[in-house]
Amino acid sequence: MKRIEKKHPLAIRWFHWVNFPVLSIMIYSGILIYWAHDIYTIQIGQKVFFQFFPDGFYKALTIPFRLAQGMALHFFFMWIFFLNGLIYVIFTIVSGEWRHLLPNRHSFKEAWQVLLHDLYLSKKKLPEKKFNGAQQIAYTGIILMGVGSLLTGLVIYKPTQFGWLTKLLGGYEWARAQHFILTIGYVLFFCVHIMQVVRAGWNNFRAIVTGWEVVDEKEKEESILVDGVREIIKKDKDND
Amino acid sequence: MTEENFSEENFKKTVRRKTIRSILWFILFIGALVFGWKWLNRQPMDAGALKPLRTVLSANEKLFSAFYSDSRLEPEYPISSAVRYPKVNGNYGMKSALDTATWKLLVVRNADVPATADTLVVSMDEIRSLPRTEVIFNFKCIEGWSQITRWAGVKFSDFAEHYRLGTKSGNAPDKNKKDDLFKYAGLRTPDGLYYVGVDLASIMHPQTILCYEMNGKPLPMNQGAPLRLIIPVKYGVKHLKRIGTLFFSDAQPPDFWYERGYDYYAGL
Repeated sequence: MKRIEKKHPLAIRWFHWVNFPVLSIMIYSGILIYWAHDIYTIQIGQKVFFQFFPDGFYKALTIPFRLAQGMALHFFFMWIFFLNGLIYVIFTIVSGEWRHLLPNRHSFKEAWQVLLHDLYLSKKKLPEKKFNGAQQIAYTGIILMGVGSLLTGLVIYKPTQFGWLTKLLGGYEWARAQHFILTIGYVLFFCVHIMQVVRAGWNNFRAIVTGWEVVDEKEKEESILVDGVREIIKKDKDND
Repeated sequence: MTEENFSEENFKKTVRRKTIRSILWFILFIGALVFGWKWLNRQPMDAGALKPLRTVLSANEKLFSAFYSDSRLEPEYPISSAVRYPKVNGNYGMKSALDTATWKLLVVRNADVPATADTLVVSMDEIRSLPRTEVIFNFKCIEGWSQITRWAGVKFSDFAEHYRLGTKSGNAPDKNKKDDLFKYAGLRTPDGLYYVGVDLASIMHPQTILCYEMNGKPLPMNQGAPLRLIIPVKYGVKHLKRIGTLFFSDAQPPDFWYERGYDYYAGL
């Protein structure tokens, strides 16, 4: 028997889909700013493996000489990024959604199982719940990264007025590097997120648009049964 | 059997209907975002920035200048940390020849009433006779780089105190008499081609100096000899080189980079 089951509240879907374009604009305008002093590389000693960013990349996106525009966009959309994130956190606390989202003492072990499963190293079925351990860690981590971006951003923006924070983060230049690294983190998060969404399939993706997903009771029961049998076999083995 | 098929068929229909409805909303949402972005980029420009962005830049300025306090200082460094050759970044307003021997600073006490322009001419010797202050700080460029640099000159607040500048009454400036203080100070190069405006609170900051020395030696020509502004609470764009005129006003003075889309305040 199949049925429709509520998954993501409307508010969370709003936060998610507002954040996506806003964060994109923040990254884009961030590149417009970064171009004016693009010093970061991946290197070991003198050997440079990658330079952020190659000229072709700038040219393709028409980045050069748009620092003023980048700053104006950045200091406009930062408010939407901040408010959207803040209201999201308040919402998750007030609505109780945090219970699904916050990692608990089982999350790390579970995240390991998810990792093995997703790399095709384990065939064990994953627990059927709203967010598994890996998701809990990822979705809480990304919020902490957001807080990090706001704080490092504030230090780059007003290093003297927030001198205590500048000091705490290791100085003005180091704060700029942290701000940059966090942004690279979002891009990596995005890549993994998209891969996982593609793998999880339509029913899962639809839920972040519609709010609900189709649940197959029979499949669910079977999977619980299979897990139950596995558990018994495992216990038997342990007893032997 | 037939009944189950029927209900299964019904369920599929319901799912399809609900999905289509949600997706239409979603498309509408994406449309609104695209429309919003296009609308933003069609807006008229205000001082080199799209009007809505300019409005927010000005609101940010209001917020952060209210939060500003001149008790917060830029960290100072030992002499050994200062770079030998500070970066030279731009020579707007310095392309014409200048005779530093005959140079004098023109000060306009009140630029809001040009008819009665009460001016003052100060020579380099007079400036040097005032107490000397040194500041070694992390100079920050709006482009993103920063350098620890060492400068010396007369503290702007000492200069204003000595010549009784920045006030409508003509008395020495008093932080507690806000109404008597002008809102802004403006600076221009002698040729008038580079110009900045700074809120009075920032120019009166204890680390702001009218600078005539770099690394313990006379200021080089390419760093703005004979006199430049060093204002650690602002980005480099406000550290005007080769000052020709200094004036005080309640109206926002013209600002070179503001006109080119940057935020006016540029405060750190």
